[in-house]
Amino acid sequence: MPQGFWKDSAEFMPILLQGVGLTILVSVGSLALSTILGLGWALMRVSQHAALRQTSKFAVNIIRGIPIIVQLFYIYFVLPDFGIALSALQAAIIGLGIAYSAYQAENFRAGIEAIDPGQIEAAQSIGMRRFLIMRRVILPQAVRIVLPPYGNVMIMMLKDSSQASTITVAELALQGKLIASSTFKNMTVFSLVALLYLCMSLPLMAMVTWLERRFGRK
Amino acid sequence: MIELADVHKSFGDNHVIRGISARIAIGEVVCIIGPSGSGKSTILRCINGLESYDRGAIRVEGRLVRRDADDIIAIRTQVAMVFQRFNLFPHRTAIENVIEGPVYVKGETRRDAEAKGRNLLARVGLADKANAYPAQLSGGQQQRVAIARALAMEPKAILFDEPTSSLDPELVGDVLTVMRSLAEDGMTMVVVTHEMGFAREVADRVLFLDGGAIVEAGPGRELLGNPQHPRTQDFLRRILHPI
Repeated sequence: MPQGFWKDSAEFMPILLQGVGLTILVSVGSLALSTILGLGWALMRVSQHAALRQTSKFAVNIIRGIPIIVQLFYIYFVLPDFGIALSALQAAIIGLGIAYSAYQAENFRAGIEAIDPGQIEAAQSIGMRRFLIMRRVILPQAVRIVLPPYGNVMIMMLKDSSQASTITVAELALQGKLIASSTFKNMTVFSLVALLYLCMSLPLMAMVTWLERRFGRK
Repeated sequence: MIELADVHKSFGDNHVIRGISARIAIGEVVCIIGPSGSGKSTILRCINGLESYDRGAIRVEGRLVRRDADDIIAIRTQVAMVFQRFNLFPHRTAIENVIEGPVYVKGETRRDAEAKGRNLLARVGLADKANAYPAQLSGGQQQRVAIARALAMEPKAILFDEPTSSLDPELVGDVLTVMRSLAEDGMTMVVVTHEMGFAREVADRVLFLDGGAIVEAGPGRELLGNPQHPRTQDFLRRILHPI
């Protein structure tokens, strides 16, 4: 351990914790957005209208085909040319939210399609319409199937929130880099950064394991 | 109550229903028997529009059944269905399964629906299982909950699609007893079944289907006791004396 590790840590920690705050904000915000968008894509994908299905498929493929970092650049640096100026934080949440909605969509679709067709027939036979069947029969059952992979998306998202640093959001990774480049205490700083990420991701992993045990089988 | 007029249906090249015509009167119990692949389940599923048909007409109380038409919902609330694999909603308890239709389709209050639902569960002998989830029930119990769920819609007729075929033999009796009591109460029933004893004793009429057409029809005792058509005779011989 380098000399003065504890002293340096005590000095850097408050700044890094600010970064943690932004990391959590970006992660939670983009998780919420990607969930809503992803569910929208998935519902369009299983719609009876071909136009909706095609639109969803097309959109998801476009999103999946472009690196997250490029999407972030586009939203933060290009959209202002069209009169849409977002703060770095807003751009990060929207960019990561859109990028991840594609993965969420595939996950949700798999969950919806895993429901036994007999369930839909039973619901139809008591006079339920499509929307009601989706809300009362399919989605509540799909949630159980989707939860474990959803937990994995949360972990990936937490780590990928560091990409927000590329558009100047001073989240954990960027704070670390700034401190390191001004103090040259690379080892101390990046060890702390890594530890802080682990402090967030390990509990999430434990939660995924729990979810898998609770809902995964059957 | 239910009229079928020259109904045809194909799955691709497979012509599964070849001109079926029949009338089912109010209060009548009709059993449909026949070898697998004869189109029995398909014709049943056409009656409440779970399946579309290509030609002919099916009417329920004079109303044309068309799978994509808007009034299919109204028809389905009058013609309930019980499935071979029960198809209970696994994430809901027995009583929740029963009240799902009344509350969310018919707009009854939860309290009214629950009171009625509990009576229906009592009627199928499951008063004490109201709060059990399907996974906690035996196949026979699940099927009786499914019957209560169908009854909760206060239908004018119930379609049964091989309701005992996926049950262990010792559980068949409980389900048949419930069905028999429905028949005695005057419920209009169309039952696709392999239970020849039930067909003989409960059915007003039995239709024998083979190759997508009605080969022979008649009162249960007559058709099963003294079949006229060689295909009926052959089928019954195999069912009653499998070895």
